[in-house]
Amino acid sequence: MQLNELTIEEARAKLDQGEITATQITEACLAHSKLLNPSLNACLLIDEAGALVAAQAADERLEEGEKGGLLGIPYFCKDVIMTKGLKTTAASKILENYIAPYDATVIKKLKAAGAILLGKTNLDEFAHGASTENSAYGTTKNPLDLTRVPGGSSGGSAAAVAANMCLFALGSDTGGSIRQPASFCGLVGLKPSYGRVSRFGLLSMTSSTDVIGPLTKTVADAAMVLEVIAGDDELDATTLPDAIEKYSEPGQAEGSLKGLKIGLPKEYYLKDLDKQVMARLKEAADKLEAAGAELQVVSLPYTKYGIPVYYLITPSEISSNLARFDGIGWGLAKHEAKNLQDFYKTNRGFGFGAETKRRIMLGTYALSAGYYDAYYKKAQAVRTLIVNDFAQAFKSVDLLLTPTAPHPAFKIGEQVNDPLAMYLEDVFVTGASLAGLPAISVPAGLVEVEDGKKLPVGAQLIAPRLQEKLIMLVAKVLEKK
Amino acid sequence: MKIEEQDIIHIAELSRLQLTPEEIDKFGEQLGTILDYVGQLKEVDTKKVEATAQVSGLVDVLRTDDVKEWDKAEVQNALQQGELAGGQVKVKRVL
Repeated sequence: MQLNELTIEEARAKLDQGEITATQITEACLAHSKLLNPSLNACLLIDEAGALVAAQAADERLEEGEKGGLLGIPYFCKDVIMTKGLKTTAASKILENYIAPYDATVIKKLKAAGAILLGKTNLDEFAHGASTENSAYGTTKNPLDLTRVPGGSSGGSAAAVAANMCLFALGSDTGGSIRQPASFCGLVGLKPSYGRVSRFGLLSMTSSTDVIGPLTKTVADAAMVLEVIAGDDELDATTLPDAIEKYSEPGQAEGSLKGLKIGLPKEYYLKDLDKQVMARLKEAADKLEAAGAELQVVSLPYTKYGIPVYYLITPSEISSNLARFDGIGWGLAKHEAKNLQDFYKTNRGFGFGAETKRRIMLGTYALSAGYYDAYYKKAQAVRTLIVNDFAQAFKSVDLLLTPTAPHPAFKIGEQVNDPLAMYLEDVFVTGASLAGLPAISVPAGLVEVEDGKKLPVGAQLIAPRLQEKLIMLVAKVLEKK
Repeated sequence: MKIEEQDIIHIAELSRLQLTPEEIDKFGEQLGTILDYVGQLKEVDTKKVEATAQVSGLVDVLRTDDVKEWDKAEVQNALQQGELAGGQVKVKRVL
């Protein structure tokens, strides 16, 4: 096995025993990334020099006897997170030459832990999308089938991990952007509780649902990353003060789910759901039952309003968050404009791509005079009903099991001209985002697509707020072959 | 229902976005379709429901109002990415 193919857990053991060095793993990841990136377009930047310096420093710490955590583990980071001294483009032309002046809190924490940043990954511009086709720098391809999308918006991060370019990658999840690509690429993707991980240095999209989280090869790896990046941050007033748990250490005998009740929300298992996806989910439920969990059908009656609520709240927050990109102080600036108004309009009209403009327009419309009550405020009220749905369900069950996506990865170009079809991709993932709940996608097996190819689909677990440890315990049972 | 051209132009103006005639046409169509879809929220009775603005569970996150020092080199780098004149950020004429 090549070093870049290791899980974090495996690499950890080898590093701690002195069998391998951080420089060796880093070199393996860099070589593999440089080899594959021209065909996958997963990375927008590979920082070879920076990674090797960081690897050297990690090796010195290892030699001094330091062990554990993410020391010496190489990773890629979605290019919507600030990385000091490196380009941070959000896959947008408007930030084409923008160099982040400081590190996001998660990057600071990873640096302090001795993890090695390899570079930045592609995404849908400003994380607006579900396929990574909205990048200003080209589509990322799914390493499992180059004619298909890797999902999105953290598609570059998912492709990089699935192609073994790194041991893990950071993504951001606003309405499924970690979980859906994890499902499409056969990975574990964790969206922590809202506020569990600092958003400081994450380019804001929907401030009320944005969360940073890991894409990994295993559940244990996701737990290891979360332990490092979680926590209260005085630079983000929405972070939760609750103590960081040992997510990698399960609370009860590992593998046993005795006494746990798992809910199957009937609104997520509709009759028209893909039969093969349904079959994989049935197998997942059987696994949990075999491990001692009790299954129970529950109802989340407002589920069908998740997408309409999400696609009003999100564009509304985007329209105000992206108002800061005006060409003054940083970013693209078209100096031929005659006055300030024209200057704003040309920079933004030229700098933003179609989907970003569409969302800004939609949000501006929903927030404009005469429409605010009918759209934005209405969506915020229905959001309450969705939040209450989950609270009600968690009175009778400990956790929910649902599909992550309605189907496996779709073909590149298939939905790119139909924005509404793309929004409907998020049907199973927006609920947990709107309610701020932790959720994980775990590989649930393969489904056959045309031409006899087999592609992965994910099963999603949703838990009450701050129950990440419980999620890990159950997810570990799900990932067992 | 397609959004009228004049409304799209008005929203683009509010959004500070320069749009091409093709974009105005396309967005009119697409935003119309999306608004029709999200319009299904009208059927939900929310008369007695309070709106949710945030889900962190936190209340009144306050701190003392004091100035904190930030790394000077980082501040310098943050300020040097746009157009400067005499150490100040340069802005187009407003009037």
